[in-house]
Amino acid sequence: MASKILFDKGKVIAGIVIFLALLTFPFIYNLGKAAPAPEPELTPKAKAAKVCVRDTEYMNKEHMQLLDVWRDTSVREGKRIYVSPNGTAYEMSLSNTCLDCHSNKAEFCDRCHNYASVDPYCWDCHIDNPKEAQ
Amino acid sequence: MEKSRRSFLKIAGVAALGLGAKPAIDVLAAGGGTQEPEPALVRGPQAMTAQQWAMVIDTRKLKTSGDLEPLIEACHKIHNVPKMPKKNHEIKWIWEDEYGHVFPNLHAEFVDESVEHRPFLALCNHCENPPCVRVCPTQATFKNSQGIVTMDMHRCIGCRFCMAACPYGARSFNFFNPEPYIEHVNKEYPRRMKGVVEKCNFCAERLAVGKMPACVEASNRAMAFGDLYDPESEVREWIRSNYTIRRKQNLGTSPSVYYII
Repeated sequence: MASKILFDKGKVIAGIVIFLALLTFPFIYNLGKAAPAPEPELTPKAKAAKVCVRDTEYMNKEHMQLLDVWRDTSVREGKRIYVSPNGTAYEMSLSNTCLDCHSNKAEFCDRCHNYASVDPYCWDCHIDNPKEAQ
Repeated sequence: MEKSRRSFLKIAGVAALGLGAKPAIDVLAAGGGTQEPEPALVRGPQAMTAQQWAMVIDTRKLKTSGDLEPLIEACHKIHNVPKMPKKNHEIKWIWEDEYGHVFPNLHAEFVDESVEHRPFLALCNHCENPPCVRVCPTQATFKNSQGIVTMDMHRCIGCRFCMAACPYGARSFNFFNPEPYIEHVNKEYPRRMKGVVEKCNFCAERLAVGKMPACVEASNRAMAFGDLYDPESEVREWIRSNYTIRRKQNLGTSPSVYYII
């Protein structure tokens, strides 16, 4: 019986093939259909300002760390002004500084956050678009 | 070419040293030269500072509920304080109460009639020795460099130890999402979410731009506000020239709100 390595060869191999087909189905089905990374849309005001508090590349990558530093220093240390490396001073406020220019939460914030599947709860308290008419 | 065990170990040792030093060299190399200047985090140019902010309320000038209401309204409006329909869900930063409740240890069966019927303003006392700060497990509530007992809402976990610790009932808990109960939303000040404690912050956000607290501004000079440790300040002037009392002073919390009776 030494030559009989695999019992029920036909069934086992067929089973493995079906299993692999099921396992890889979502990948094969969605092949080449990856959703493109969304491009955040700028409001006319943000476009006119040209520069954000830091350069675009930094803001893309590090805005969450920047906001974390902002909230800690303004709430806990009472320092509310951010002087960026190019010398411009900004109030460290999500509602009054960030969302003043970027008043289009749905097109600017949500699009990327949805794509990256992150759910920040900033807006539970910080009211979006402060300058919008009530 | 035959190598001795001894020379092999020597070479291996030097090689290990070189590899170990690489991260340190990388760090040192990155430190010098052409780097962007660091951003600066500073106080605003108009920010007012003090060692200990304090308030004096001249209760002789605030005779009726009608006198207190605009002050309370001014505060609650700019800070997005909700009006909860049920009394036991009430959120309050500054409120009205009677003499016996505000000063229970000074209350007697028979007191001056004018005092007995006078409404008193109550708010967080911004104690110099705040019990709420001692009990907070996350340091969400803390005493800032200006002597204001304030809250970092991002850190509050809603355990309500501070509410149990505060002898003045100055803290309120958000049992529900307050959003639907805010009548006029001030979009420049954040709301709160369900499950956090909130209280008066001595208008820290207004002091940072050189404005007096909202209630003081609305009080028509029935309240004074200033630095308790500046002998020239208005609060010290009022305390010097009038007899003042503080709430539950015997507890040792050293409140910073003084009442002229």
